[in-house]
Amino acid sequence: MAELLKTPLYDLHLEAGAKMVPFAGYEMPVQYPMGVMKEHLHTRAKAGLFDVSHMGQVIVQGDSYEAAARGLERLIPADVLGLEDGRQRYGFFTNDAGGIEDDLMFANRGDHLYVVVNAACKGADIARMKTALEPDLTVAEITDRALLALQGPSAEAVLAALDPRAADMAFMDVATLDLNGVEAWVSRSGYTGEDGYEISVPAVHASSIAKALLEHDDVELIGLGARDSLRLESGLCLYGNDIDAKTTPVEAALTWAIQKVRRADGARAGGFPGADVIFDQMANGAARKRVGLRPEGRAPMREGVQLFADAAGGDSIGIITSGSFGPTVGGPVAMGYVTADHATTGTTVYGELRGKRQPLTLTKMPFTPANVKR
Amino acid sequence: MKYTEEHEWLREESDGVYVVGITEHATTQLGDLVFVELPEVGTTVSKDDEIVVIESVKAASDILAPLDGEIVEVNEALAEDPSLANSDAIGDGWFFKIKPSDLSQMDDMMDEAAYNKMIG
Repeated sequence: MAELLKTPLYDLHLEAGAKMVPFAGYEMPVQYPMGVMKEHLHTRAKAGLFDVSHMGQVIVQGDSYEAAARGLERLIPADVLGLEDGRQRYGFFTNDAGGIEDDLMFANRGDHLYVVVNAACKGADIARMKTALEPDLTVAEITDRALLALQGPSAEAVLAALDPRAADMAFMDVATLDLNGVEAWVSRSGYTGEDGYEISVPAVHASSIAKALLEHDDVELIGLGARDSLRLESGLCLYGNDIDAKTTPVEAALTWAIQKVRRADGARAGGFPGADVIFDQMANGAARKRVGLRPEGRAPMREGVQLFADAAGGDSIGIITSGSFGPTVGGPVAMGYVTADHATTGTTVYGELRGKRQPLTLTKMPFTPANVKR
Repeated sequence: MKYTEEHEWLREESDGVYVVGITEHATTQLGDLVFVELPEVGTTVSKDDEIVVIESVKAASDILAPLDGEIVEVNEALAEDPSLANSDAIGDGWFFKIKPSDLSQMDDMMDEAAYNKMIG
């Protein structure tokens, strides 16, 4: 097995008493002494600082932003060209079968595109972009910058203390800020359902910036364990669990990220892999759909639990793809896929747990209200 | 107190009844407990039967019967508030009380010093 990579904050994690685990080829903090539950609640109450340096940061550049945007639109079904300067969007790479190869954030940073992709997929994503876009465009992985996420209701006050312009940013704005003299590429976004920022800084300054943020009484380091329960409560997909190469954006209920201009009747319709499959499903429906699920009682139902229409008998109608205890909800939460005929909010389905079928209710997501600054 | 390799502790209460829980080392490793499913009172169990299900924020685990015997009481308060196992592993966070049918099965169990050595 290849040696695990370390992020620029590795030493800081150890100093903070983190429990380190292998994740997507990196040695990452799954939790700190506070523990997953308190870390989760702290993020929703105050602010959490997450090391997400394992994620891929990529710059796509051509003669102009327009050139880069037109290139990326050949790989993803989002409106990249129409994204304004200083704004960010969510999207996904698709394959010829309409499946999702990875999800990503992309930002218009004036004359280029800044893209953030999942750690586990970044090698494939960068290869895909290089193959499709070079030599007309350049696709460069940024390997000398760390990525931090500062999330929670105190995030604005904390970051604005270092650069007041942080407070002027709206949700999904991007800007270059000056944090103690360090150039930071900042977006007002995250993956917790809370207000907050993702902050790209040169690796050599990552530790000092992290420490400057942690000096604020409201900020605690938060590990991958709480990151997972926060995103799940917020109804956000984890690539590899809730979406994958065999899942289409229609099945995954992510068609909101396919803007009108790229849809079948749009001005720049299609032109991305699997457009025919995706447009057919958008017109005629998909056979299965991603839904939120609330198990009754206290027992969490986790990924892999089979779902049934009835308390006994019958074939499986679906499967849970993410499930855990939601510390803010105060009970178990899950998401998964069910056949279209069962995908109505309020429907009761049954999950088979330790040989017994137990009821779950299809519930609208997010399970906790999003708290972002529009 | 006696300890098992499965990180359970046993404390004799009275009349040959033993209180059973899991150690602080175990609850620290498991993380915050969010769900506990306890056996029915009156159940006769055999050593190593999976009789308790616990779920932490991270994963599900089984607790094995440390001995042959009968379950004579379970900690309903723990089922209501599984975090008791984290906050007070050897006190309020107990799991069940068992009346062992073969006390010789305790011979292999560890004392505190041996357990602490095992967890190093």
